[in-house]
Formats: sequence, structure tokens, C-alpha cells
Amino acid sequence: MTQLLYDGSYEGWLTAVFEIYEYKLKDVVFAKEQISNTLLFSDTHFVITDNVKANRVLNGLEQRLSHQGFNNLYFAFLSEMDQIEDILFRFVEYVFSSPINIEGDLSRNEVLDVKKAAHLTGKESHRMKAFVRFKLTKDNLYYAIIEPDCDVLTLIEQHFKNRYADQRWLIYDSRRKYGIYYDLENVSTVEMQFESNPSSRFLAEINDENEEFFENLWRNYFKSVNIESRKNTKLHIKHMPKRYWKNLTEKIPNLKNKRTI
Amino acid sequence: MVQERVMEKLAILADAAKYDVSCSSGQSTRKNKNKGLGDTGSGICHAFTEDGRCVSLLKILLTNHCIFDCAYCVSRKSNDIKRAAFTVQEVVDLTIGFYRRNYIEGLFLSSGIFDNADYTMERLVRIVKKLRLEENFNGYIHLKAIPGASEELLKEAGLYADRLSVNVEMPTEQSLKLLAPDKNHKDVIKPMQYLKNEIIGYQEEKKSNYKTPLFAPAGQSTQMVIGATKENDMEILGMANYFYEQMKMRRVYYSGYVPISYDNRLPAIGTPVPMIRENRLYQADWLIRYYGFNVNEIVGFDQPNLDLDIDPKLGWALRNLHQFPVDINMADLELIQRIPGIGFLSAKKIVAARKFKKLQPEDLKKLGIAYNRSKYFLAFSSPFYLQKDLTPIQIKSQILNMQNSKYKNNFSNQLALF
Repeated sequence: MTQLLYDGSYEGWLTAVFEIYEYKLKDVVFAKEQISNTLLFSDTHFVITDNVKANRVLNGLEQRLSHQGFNNLYFAFLSEMDQIEDILFRFVEYVFSSPINIEGDLSRNEVLDVKKAAHLTGKESHRMKAFVRFKLTKDNLYYAIIEPDCDVLTLIEQHFKNRYADQRWLIYDSRRKYGIYYDLENVSTVEMQFESNPSSRFLAEINDENEEFFENLWRNYFKSVNIESRKNTKLHIKHMPKRYWKNLTEKIPNLKNKRTI
Repeated sequence: MVQERVMEKLAILADAAKYDVSCSSGQSTRKNKNKGLGDTGSGICHAFTEDGRCVSLLKILLTNHCIFDCAYCVSRKSNDIKRAAFTVQEVVDLTIGFYRRNYIEGLFLSSGIFDNADYTMERLVRIVKKLRLEENFNGYIHLKAIPGASEELLKEAGLYADRLSVNVEMPTEQSLKLLAPDKNHKDVIKPMQYLKNEIIGYQEEKKSNYKTPLFAPAGQSTQMVIGATKENDMEILGMANYFYEQMKMRRVYYSGYVPISYDNRLPAIGTPVPMIRENRLYQADWLIRYYGFNVNEIVGFDQPNLDLDIDPKLGWALRNLHQFPVDINMADLELIQRIPGIGFLSAKKIVAARKFKKLQPEDLKKLGIAYNRSKYFLAFSSPFYLQKDLTPIQIKSQILNMQNSKYKNNFSNQLALF
């Protein structure tokens, strides 16, 4: 058995795939560099990310897959599902071994698993387009914190750039510790540490004077549009799972009001 | 003080608007221009209320003052409730403030009729115009067309709004007369007709000149209140079908009546909202729009109401067992879509996967198809699946026993004894 250690990037994984063919490696498993869970009784192959090799794999795949099938591969990679690298590699092997496009062969696990993983990422990226809640700071920056299940920032970047073309914004993924920042011209990736549980005094200092008012308006609106006689908690939670609540303004009770009660 | 008043108005005017169920925001083509604010085309539900309904738009009334006295409406003249009215600027500020924070996809603006139709419509138009021209706002706007408003105002509304809607409110003219004596069926149909023609005209012109300014790019929709009056599902779906075919509507919404009045023409307060019926109507609506069903296949004089305990597709299949089993390895996509338990996405998956091998029951389960429901209607070519000869009633009871519906209690056999 050979363990392939790669840097965790998509290009790194593609390089690894190239080298499996290049060195005719058998019985491979993938592992990310930072997680040093060295397997017993296995050889370790270190992969150094190489864009030329990565592109050759990509070109081969692009020729054998539809546009969507090709994109699905990247989506599936971003799902960060357990052992996704191995799942994807089995798919890639099947793609390269077949003379025809095999995307539709959904009764094969190699194909179905990738489709499912891609679907998961797609769903999560759509959710994040919905669940971002910007707060406005005194210096006119709209910022939001999210904790998506999949690594979707690169997928939602264009959407936010198109939509909020005239305001500076920052969306921070507090699980993966990086964010995307738009400066009215371009979007760039920023690495930073963000206080995950800032005090209300700190927020009052940085937030725009009207920020709290708008948050309360939104909470008020959210409450007012509910129809009590149609209450359906199960459906509510299905659409807005509890793990997202801590970053959703309307699901966070207003602390000030609480204190007076 | 000003802030408190806006807060109070928002509560009143959002509460009054929430019985309008339309919330779609995905069908427009408006794009962000000149680095302005907002675009459309995504159809995003930003939040979901505790009743499980989606919040996509800031849905408010400009005012709940109304000169009409429609029995089914919370804002009716004779109802003793708090009244409020936004200023034009307040609506603009709320929309922009919410939109910039990514709370919403846009604005849904309706209004009670104050003074007269034109006066009300003129105010609504002034708001959208301001949003588009002064704020360079390209988000989604759904605007109510006020029945009786002049064609000039409707035309102007269409230039700035993405979707326009006139609510037919009641499925038949008699019901409208009974519950909304101030309203006239013709007044409702007339603006629909006008908008239909304008929208078609715009689409035609667009073909020869791509710079033609947008006119209601997300089309028009309407809404019917159901369960407030005695219409059966055949009348309701027949009316919906008329709107789809004759008025080229994008959507017809069904709003289960929420009892809000002691008026004896209406179901008493405390009567449950007909949520299951509403759900079945939407299912039937989808079958007509996306699955190639004709309304006559779903309801008819011998079957004027939809079954409440089973969905309309299963109901249709049980009445038409002679059309089954369908061979999933051979049949056309259109036929596969008609099998209960197989939606159009599943049907597509089946058609893709069967090119590679003859599909077996375990393959269908793997694809995520509701096999336990669909198995009564399927044939597999090889090895030939033996279909037991079950009657429609036997199939129905087996399927009902299998599913664990939250509605189950409503249909237990014991109820039939009483």
C-alpha cells in the first residue's frame, strides 16, 4: 500500500493522480500533509504540487467529461467529505479506463458517490448565498461570518461580487480561518484571525451606529411574517438547520432586550 | 423616536402583507449595471419562518388603510386594527438597508386602497422608480397591480418592476361577489389582460431589438384564497389552468384561508388552515406545469376534489392502472415521470443510467428513488418482475401503511366510522 501525502489543494491532489500513473503506484491512499497519520506497513510518497502535471490531468478529464461533469469533480473535492480523495480517484480511474463518457452510469458507486459529493457542495454554496448576514462597520465595510460544511468561499465569490458591486465586503469562514474581501475592484483571499465571540462593547465600537437598528428591524420583520396558526417547526429546522443559527441575526435574540426581561 | 415608529410600522405592515404567499424571486433577468447594487436570477430563500415558509423578499404593504371591505382580508375597512402607512422614503431605506445586509432578494410591495386605485398605484410606482433610478437598485421587485388603476400607470410599473400581480382572490365570480362586494371580477381580469399583452409585446420586440427596455421580465402571477368558500378543486384548478393558458401567468398561488374574522360568511375563527388541501393543489399545479398532465386527468366531474390522503399523481395512477406497469428500461422519459415516486430528476437519472446496464430494483434504490412507492407500477425487463395483481385499494392501503406522514392522524381508519 502506498500513502500519498499532498498539500491539501486541488492542484496537489491532481498532481498526486498524475504521479500514480507516472510511477504506476498500486493500492493508493491519500492523506493531507498536516494530518500526519502515518499508516503502518505502508510506503509514503510525497507529492510536490506541480501545475504542469495537474493541468495534464485536468485536460484529460475535460476531454472525457461534459462541462458539468468536469465542474462536479471540483465541487466534490470541496465537499471535504471523509476520504473524498479516494472516492474521486476511483472515479478518475473509471473515466480514463472507458472509451465513452461514463457520467450517466449512476448505478456504479464510483460515479454516484462523486455526484452526491458535488451535490452536497452545491447545496452548501447555495445556502451560503442565502445565510450570509452582513454587518456594517463605521468605516463602511460590510462583514459576515459563516461556518459552512464545505469549502465554498471560492464558489460564492462571483455571486457576491456581481450583487454588491458598490460596497466593500468581507465574508469570513471561521472554520477554515480565511475570508474573501472585495475592495470595489477585485476579490482577494485574506487569511486572518477573527474573534469568534466578540463582546457587545467591541461590536458597538466597530459597528455603524445604525447597524443594531437594522438588525432589530430584521428580527422584528422575521417575527411579524410568521403565521402562528401554520406553525411547522420540523419544516423550519429542515430548511434552517440549527448549526447555522449562531450566525443568523434573526435566530439570535437581541441581548439588550433580554437584559430588560 | 423616529426609529421606534418605523419599527412599529414594519410590524403592522409586514403582518398585514404575509397572507400574500408569493415569494419567488428567481425568474427575472435583470442584471447589475454600472456597478450598481443588486442583481436577479438566483431565486434565494434567505430565511425560513417558524411556519416553514421561505423569506425571500421584504414583503410589506405601503399602507393597510383600505376603502374596501373584503370579508377575507385582515385590512378590511370594518376591521378594528392598528393602521399605519410608510412614506416613500421609508420603504426605499428599508429595502436598501435589508438588501445590503443580504437579508433579502428584493421587495414585494402591495397596498390597501386608500382614496382611489390610481392614487395608490401612483405611490407604488413612485417607490419602484426611486429605487431603480436614484438608488441604482437592480434587485428583484414584485409589485401589486391595483385593480382599476390606469393603463399608463400599469405600463410605468412594468418598466421598473420584475413581476406584477393582480390577485383574483376568489376562484369564482360568485364568491368574489359574496365576500368582496366592492370588487368586481372584471376589474381584476382587465389589468391581467393588459399586462399579458404588454409582456408579449415586449418579448416580441426584444427579438428584433435586444436593447428594448425590460417590461416585467419575471411575468405576472396571481393568488386564490382556498377554503374560505365552497369551490371544489376542479373549479380551482380549472381557474388556474385558465390563467396559465389564457393569461400566460408564470405562477398561480393557492393560499389556504387563515380564519381572521367572525363574519358568518366565512369559516369560524379556530377552524384549521386547510394546509393539506393547499399542499395537494400545489402538487397538482406542478403536475400540470412540469409533468405534462392535463387538468382533466387530475380532476373531473366524477372526481371533483383531490384526495387528501394521497398525492394527485398516485391518485391518477390508481385510477389508471391499465397504463401500468411501465418498463423503466424501455419507456420514454415522459412515461417514467408519470410513475408515482419518481420525479423528473429521478426520471432523468434513470434514463441516463439505463444506457449502461439494465436497471434492477437495487439500482433504483441506490439512485434514491422512492422504490417502495413506485414498485407497484414498475416492470423490469430482465429478469421479468412479477407484478402481483393488486387492486387500487390494496395498493393504496399498502402505500399508506408504509409512509409515516405527519398528516396520518387525520386519516386514521377510525375516523371513517363516524
